[in-house]
Amino acid sequence: MTTATNQSKADAGIGSERLLHMYKQMVSIRLFEEQVNDLYTRALMPGLAHLYIGEEAVAVGICEALHRDDYITSTHRGHGHCLAKGAAPDRMFAELLGKEAGYCRGKGGSMHIADPKSGNLGANAIVGGSVGIAAGAAFSAKTLGTKQVAVCFFGEGALGQGLLYEVMNLSRLWDLPVIYVCENNMYNEYTHFSETTAGEILARPAAFGIPGESVDGQDVRAVYATASRLVDQARSGKGPAFLLCNTYRYRGHHVGDVNREYYRAKQEEQRWMADRDPIKLLTDWITGQKLADQAQLDKIQSEAKSEIDAAVEFAVKATYPGLDQVGEDIYA
Amino acid sequence: MPEVAVRELTLGEAVREALAEEMRRDPRVCLIGEDVAEAGTPFKVLSGLVEEFGKSRVIDTPISEAGFTGVAVGAAMTGLRPVVDIMFGDFVTLTMDQMVNQAAKVHYMSGGAWRVPMAMRATLGASRRSAAQHSQSLHAWFSHIPGLKVVLPSTPYDAKGLMKTAIRDENPVIFFEDKMMFKFKGPVPIEEYTIPFGVADIKREGEDITIVATSSMVQVALGAATLLEEIGISAEVVDPRTTWPLDEQTLIESAKKTSRAIVVDEGYERYGVTAEIASVIATGAFYDLDAPVKRIGAMHVPVPFSPHLEDATIPSEQQVFEAARAMCKRS
Repeated sequence: MTTATNQSKADAGIGSERLLHMYKQMVSIRLFEEQVNDLYTRALMPGLAHLYIGEEAVAVGICEALHRDDYITSTHRGHGHCLAKGAAPDRMFAELLGKEAGYCRGKGGSMHIADPKSGNLGANAIVGGSVGIAAGAAFSAKTLGTKQVAVCFFGEGALGQGLLYEVMNLSRLWDLPVIYVCENNMYNEYTHFSETTAGEILARPAAFGIPGESVDGQDVRAVYATASRLVDQARSGKGPAFLLCNTYRYRGHHVGDVNREYYRAKQEEQRWMADRDPIKLLTDWITGQKLADQAQLDKIQSEAKSEIDAAVEFAVKATYPGLDQVGEDIYA
Repeated sequence: MPEVAVRELTLGEAVREALAEEMRRDPRVCLIGEDVAEAGTPFKVLSGLVEEFGKSRVIDTPISEAGFTGVAVGAAMTGLRPVVDIMFGDFVTLTMDQMVNQAAKVHYMSGGAWRVPMAMRATLGASRRSAAQHSQSLHAWFSHIPGLKVVLPSTPYDAKGLMKTAIRDENPVIFFEDKMMFKFKGPVPIEEYTIPFGVADIKREGEDITIVATSSMVQVALGAATLLEEIGISAEVVDPRTTWPLDEQTLIESAKKTSRAIVVDEGYERYGVTAEIASVIATGAFYDLDAPVKRIGAMHVPVPFSPHLEDATIPSEQQVFEAARAMCKRS
């Protein structure tokens, strides 16, 4: 059931317009997350946040293969998924700062951003907690005949949760159009995944008869090409699929996890940043293929920066919800 | 008086009729659970539904309570109105993350953007000789959580009207049926009706003492009221019908009228439904009470198997009668 994606063929059929769009999306996510870290260190953001820096190619490659009304469920490390699926940075920053203009009116925060307009069923702060929700959305799509698909993003830490296996079994039995996207960033919080994961990861979906593949999660072209194929299959009624994206979390488990030497070496981080950076890899490809020159990419980057800066300004200036709102939205 | 068509149904039949009517009315309603289709559940409450609505709407699942409850949460968010069937109420423990961290919180966490219109059927109640993992009454757990609604019908009439409301509600609702009451009969009108949540029902009017009771404890309270009548004590029996939302006003007014109150519930007494309702009455009717509010719940033990031990753990008619008699200072 498992096949390795041939990366050299992965870009076949991806036009330069889409590649440049994916470049901008990845750059925007990175700039967004750097701003989150900045807001945290300047004590402007309440609580903590889990940064997606280093993993941008996964969210962008997957979401680029989806329609706007397709569903996703996301994780505590969810800003990248939200942005890639089409959420606006200003309302996301507003949510992170607990402001009324935020996606959740300031009631959810970093770990719970949801946006029905872009099909985002919500980030989830319970590891593996949204597996059932994603399959349920796929169940609705199948029952109602809407041709939508659902993508369930989760980290390799969720491989330890029993719910995942209950739901994978159900989704195969019922042939649900759901794609399980396992982002293996190698660390379950502060523990290397090899210490928590027995056997082969892809043997797990295989046990349920769910086709599984792995892909280089730093190569957005490969992620997009593979996701497009899996999404098409799910949409055409072939049921669930499992995509293991091998990636790396550049930063700590959360913004406050700064001293990480006790669980991983600085040299390891530096190697990934120098050799496997998803934005650098795409930059090299685009310029190497002469699809755009560095000046064009710099322009895209500066446009993204202006948007992110404006979004931060919007959020900082936004107002907090009134106390009268604390009891609203408990019941529909 | 206009003639109202009424017939006797069992509580199980009343639940089934509510589900069937709602499934006919709304194609988005579906049933999901273990052995709900051809088997119609071990208690046969759902018999016949798969024949009428087919296997795409009466859906058998693997034995994966957390998994299919999670699927129902997602399905409810995206256009369906699932009713999840939890065979024994004890198995709700397996669904707690999906109900408490997901279903209950989705609407609030998303600032009202998403809603979860799902219902969960579960059983409660001991005395079936099923021991500690098939006999608990865990409705207090859900009553504790903002975002959930909790229903405890005590008659076939209430079961039907409240189930229809549960299915039409825009929020996650947990509907607890006492497994010993599925054969309990009562009048149910043929005409369409629903019963709103948060409206208590006075099952028996009285003057001297209020007995607040839930689910099968309503019959226990009514039995005690009959015994009390024989010694000249007039007991009022009030059934809140939903522990959340809770009709505090009716409970307080009844206690003010009678000046005494006992609360009877089959959940554990400690930190349970009886504690919450007693507190509501003690606070709201304090200056009208002639005695502290008395609580009678299940004994604080895992439900034992041996019949005479099991029977000792749950509130009895005699226990309620004696407590009421003592509070009214009659010998």
